[in-house]
Amino acid sequence: MTVELDVNGEVHTLDVPALTPLLDVLRESLGLVGAKRGCGHGQCGACTVLVDGRRVLSCLQLAATVDGAVRTIEGLGEPDALHPLQQAFIDEDAFQCGYCTPGQIMSGVALIASGEATDDATIREAMSGNLCRCGAYPGICRAIARVAQETP
Amino acid sequence: MRRDPRSTTLVQPQDIGAALAAHTSPATPYLGGGTTLVDLVQLGHAPPEQFVHLGKLEGPFTSIRVDEDEFVLGAGVRMADAARHPELVRTVPALVDALRMAASPQIREIATLGGNVMQRTRCPYFRDPHARCHKRAPESGCDAIGGDTRGLAILGTSEHCVANYAGDFAVALVALQARIETRTRSGETRTRPVAGLHRRPEATPWHETELEEGELITALRVPRVAGRRSVFVKARDRASYAFALASCAAAVTLDDAGRIHSATLALGGLATVPWPCPSASAFLVGRTIDADVAAEAAALCIPDQVTDARRAFAVELGRRVVRRALLDLGR
Repeated sequence: MTVELDVNGEVHTLDVPALTPLLDVLRESLGLVGAKRGCGHGQCGACTVLVDGRRVLSCLQLAATVDGAVRTIEGLGEPDALHPLQQAFIDEDAFQCGYCTPGQIMSGVALIASGEATDDATIREAMSGNLCRCGAYPGICRAIARVAQETP
Repeated sequence: MRRDPRSTTLVQPQDIGAALAAHTSPATPYLGGGTTLVDLVQLGHAPPEQFVHLGKLEGPFTSIRVDEDEFVLGAGVRMADAARHPELVRTVPALVDALRMAASPQIREIATLGGNVMQRTRCPYFRDPHARCHKRAPESGCDAIGGDTRGLAILGTSEHCVANYAGDFAVALVALQARIETRTRSGETRTRPVAGLHRRPEATPWHETELEEGELITALRVPRVAGRRSVFVKARDRASYAFALASCAAAVTLDDAGRIHSATLALGGLATVPWPCPSASAFLVGRTIDADVAAEAAALCIPDQVTDARRAFAVELGRRVVRRALLDLGR
């Protein structure tokens, strides 16, 4: 079926089977490989992208049902002008292998925008949909807390 | 022969009438957020012929209305949005906590209230398409019984099925005496208590709810009760993002002396359906909550010991969850 998607400000019209997850469209049709297939079942968060600012699991959301503008890690900042959260992830040692990192950052961006990244316990709970097998959780939480404090 | 998932189609009706008309058979299920149904297809379950996606429906279906005597929650409202509604947060903590402690933040942003009520069991033998399961293939058998039953039901089971109802929201709805509003394919509007929507497996585990073929959930109606206190307690293997091993939703009103005037308890995680506790609820009326009262109510909720050693722990865990819920209410 025909699916029209606004991804990082660019509109794409594609013909895909109805059961195609957004993740597969991003990675295989659009070459945006930042979002990762960590589990394919909505259990790890590595595929997290934003749709109209909401953090969603692109492995479970069918591309045909996306209603709103999609933003992926590729749409955040520029290589020479990183988004504050990207910079904070570097400064706070918030990743090791990097596989979960795009999903962590997109999830963190939405959390900070919601105003609910208030203290460590709340950040941990609010980020519980993003797993990190390398255990970079302390740095991830520090990075989010830092940017939340610096965000008006 | 198994259908090729690439042949599944998807339609997006613009109104409820069109949605009802598009649901022509069990092979054309309604799709909310997709966090259950897309997951099952990815696991290798038989894909449907067509999904009837409800994402284009608007109006009451995607709104929360605050009437004088009840909240009317549209079935298409996202879990995260309901959990943030100020009046629900202020007056119905059991409902808000049941939503907030469910799933993960990302899932809550797209999962709908109606879809959440209809979620399928997390029994690993249901989910694994290679295991024998009556829910997936009626009359085919049950590999769960005698298998890894640690997280499965101790209440409401039958010799054919021990799969537990895994959701939290419906448990809170039962304790709050909520009703579910639906529209049938013939256009009739029906309202029934959430308690009793889900069917125990008995001899037909594949028959999971009282809904007719094609009956569409349109709203959840939650009574507004002045002075009602409610709580939701959930025990699970992880602090977050895990299904309940045992949960309890409790709602009470108190008289001027602090004695219970009315009470409703419901359990989750432990039973094949969201589990009302009428004996415990009746026992509480007229009493003041203290440790002894809480313990006796908990024992009334979960009276039996279980013979399956893998699930024996769930009796005491469940009782402790009930005691915790009641003592939290009493404070």
